[in-house]
Amino acid sequence: MLGKLTWDAIPFDQPIPMIASGVVALAILAILGWVVIKGYLPYLWREWITSVDHKRIGVMYTLLAMVMLLRGFADAIMMRLQQSLAFHSPGFLPPEHYNQIFSAHGTIMIFFVAMPFMIGLMNFIVPLQLGVRDVAFPTLNSVGFWLTATGALLINISLIVGEFARTGWLPYPPLSELAYSPGVGVDYYLWSLEISGVGTLVAGINLVTTVLKIRTRGMSYLRMPMFCWTTLATNLLIVAAFPILTATLAMLLLDRYLGFHFFTNEGGGNVMMFMNLIWAWGHPEVYILVLPAFGIFSEVISTFSGKPLFGYRSMVAATMAICILSFMVWLHHFFTMGAGADVNAIFGIATMIIAVPTGVKVFNWLFTMYGGKVRFQTPLLWSIGFMVTFIIGGVTGVLMAVPPVAFVLHNSLFLVAHFHNVIIGGVLFGAFAGYTYWFPKAFGFKLHEGLGRAAFWCWLVGFYVAFMPLYVLGLLGMTRRMQHYDVPQWHPWLIVAACGAVLIMCGIAFQIAQLVVSVRQRAQLRDETGDPWDGRSLEWATASPPPAFNFAVLPRVSGEDAYWKFKHRATGQSRLDEEPAYRNIEIPRNSATGFVCAFFATMMGFALVWHIWWMVAAGAIGAFATFIVFAWRDHDEDVIPALEVARIDRSNWAQRSAILGKEAAE
Amino acid sequence: MSTVALTEAHQGAAAGREWNGPAPKRIVTGYGFWIFILSDMIMFATFFATYAVLVGQTAGGPTGHDLFDLRNVAIETAFLLASSFTCGLASIAADVRSKNWFQLAMAVTCVLGLGFLTLEGQEFASLVARGAGPTRSAFLSAFFTLVGCHGLHVSAGTLWLLTMMAQVFTKGFRPDIQRRILCFALFWHALDIIWIAVFTIVYLLGSAK
Repeated sequence: MLGKLTWDAIPFDQPIPMIASGVVALAILAILGWVVIKGYLPYLWREWITSVDHKRIGVMYTLLAMVMLLRGFADAIMMRLQQSLAFHSPGFLPPEHYNQIFSAHGTIMIFFVAMPFMIGLMNFIVPLQLGVRDVAFPTLNSVGFWLTATGALLINISLIVGEFARTGWLPYPPLSELAYSPGVGVDYYLWSLEISGVGTLVAGINLVTTVLKIRTRGMSYLRMPMFCWTTLATNLLIVAAFPILTATLAMLLLDRYLGFHFFTNEGGGNVMMFMNLIWAWGHPEVYILVLPAFGIFSEVISTFSGKPLFGYRSMVAATMAICILSFMVWLHHFFTMGAGADVNAIFGIATMIIAVPTGVKVFNWLFTMYGGKVRFQTPLLWSIGFMVTFIIGGVTGVLMAVPPVAFVLHNSLFLVAHFHNVIIGGVLFGAFAGYTYWFPKAFGFKLHEGLGRAAFWCWLVGFYVAFMPLYVLGLLGMTRRMQHYDVPQWHPWLIVAACGAVLIMCGIAFQIAQLVVSVRQRAQLRDETGDPWDGRSLEWATASPPPAFNFAVLPRVSGEDAYWKFKHRATGQSRLDEEPAYRNIEIPRNSATGFVCAFFATMMGFALVWHIWWMVAAGAIGAFATFIVFAWRDHDEDVIPALEVARIDRSNWAQRSAILGKEAAE
Repeated sequence: MSTVALTEAHQGAAAGREWNGPAPKRIVTGYGFWIFILSDMIMFATFFATYAVLVGQTAGGPTGHDLFDLRNVAIETAFLLASSFTCGLASIAADVRSKNWFQLAMAVTCVLGLGFLTLEGQEFASLVARGAGPTRSAFLSAFFTLVGCHGLHVSAGTLWLLTMMAQVFTKGFRPDIQRRILCFALFWHALDIIWIAVFTIVYLLGSAK
């Protein structure tokens, strides 16, 4: 009836997962209870869960990422504590639990923090920057988000029902094959990534189509803000790389479920093929994560320097060069596999070449700041912190692109330090910069500046204290993923690293405090202009938060930095332009399709993990029925009448006029 | 808000060959579906590459030369190519809004698709019965996965085909249903292209000595 699922699946004897999942379950129940008692449920259902508005979906993606960041960080600090204690001692985490923690940490941080954070920001901002009302496929957008949430949910279910993979964040065979990992951990990993991978692919197709086909009048390619360009490059990479991941994981699933021989030791299987395939996806993946961050830094640095981006066209060229080169370097992830000196040399050189366009970008950012009126507010602090940190990470990366060096340092903590150096310093700082920068656009008030600075400094210093020791440890010969060790020279460095993790925890605490304080002081932090940072691109041309239709009339663009031009004409004439003729606006109608699909996907994923075949069939039939019901809908758009559009737009117009008048008077 | 931007919109009519704003829905839908097909092609490319790596790994078991029946595959190919032709007829019928011709052409497409699936099913069943199932060797794992993945696509396509017939039957040729017919046709023809590659790389090259 329930396949492999029995009461033994719940780890009653292990206090850490029991307490952790107990707390999480209580928190979820408390929030649900609060929502129901306060009567917010219909509101949540109408305005958020079934919403197909790109802004709402973007916010939900970002929220998912931030919640999962807490989970991923809990894993991280447990690992740091374990390693700081486990000198000549077993520490507090038994090996099988420790292995699950480092696997879950990597999987969660990449797939359920970095990815949804970036996709969320792209979803929210790109249609606004392009001056349009929505993405190309609004309902599909909602499906993509809810499938991503399904993957995150399955991984968290594994905390309490069964176990998670012990194979690392990429399940290398033969360890991940059924013979060596007979439990359900790898299956949880595989199904949650297959399901969320579909969600990511959907988001990728949607955003590529949006950037290429849905832009406002006059928004030619070379007038798009930089963030739209990096969005295009990232989503092209998603479309080109994620099918490889889906296929590779499907092959591993076939090995595990049906006894195929893709990656097994026997039957002619080829383990090395897995490494090639997974990194043919995996290397583009790191650029999928970092390119949107490059876009965010471009926007932030240009805005806070009060200057157009330096070398805009070279930035576009560098972005697209990275997009292509990222598919040509995958072998540097396994120089030691034995491909031979020539092959290693070619991939080593290719890897060094990819540093060139990245270098171009860094110089462009520096020259953008040079001679500008630089305002050192939180988003810019994250950007400067990024530039310094990312360069160090880039340099250690180029160092490891030298195959003989890789032979010495591979699989060591040096490597761990390197990729945290680029992912935290690049992707995460970028996400935080974007979060602070665009928060007022999403909610209509700014985040508290002082707490934001405190969070930044804790994160920055914490990062260096936590990860610089890992470079040293790597050079001292410490390999990654060690549950315990007996080398006395390592111990002090690991204690320092744990202190760094505690500093980062303070940073996270400040970020939570910042959010709470900002919500409470939202009246003082209110942004009435829609343009709190003196911005340059079209997202600042509309109100904060923007109305459901974004723009009452689609703007016409006549050059780069579109909003900057409009603004300066308006201040030059000391008045806003005349009121336009308002028309009815059609916006896509809300749909529960995404949520219902995700419900059935969760059901299928869970049933597949535990071999509950009737439930798999039920989930599949349910998903197909949802698809049919959706296909049979007769109305997929609502109309906002011109009068209502005018009412919303006029109040905003009056507000801006008043501000402009005040400025002129001064 | 865009009030600032607005008059700009009224002034700029003389812009000539500029980008003219969001593309119409039919273009957007078709374009997005093309991108999906490209991603699907990449998934197939992964399975093709895997097959190429593993084709020699027979673990002492049978090779393609021992197993493939080209006559059967030729009939499968004929079915699929003919179904692409009738699918094209259905698209034309949809363009001229002829319900009867559309349903007839789609029904024939469906029958040809089912014929293809039956033959493929028989081939798979006979291979398994002869002890040459996917668990026999890495070569056969790769073969069953590549060809089976195409077969799964054809099955999903057939389900989609039936829902399109039902939609046209109940709702007629509404613009949104026309767009779906466009996507379906793209999908069905793409499967043909992939089959040509399967036919060549797996069956023709595989049955050579």
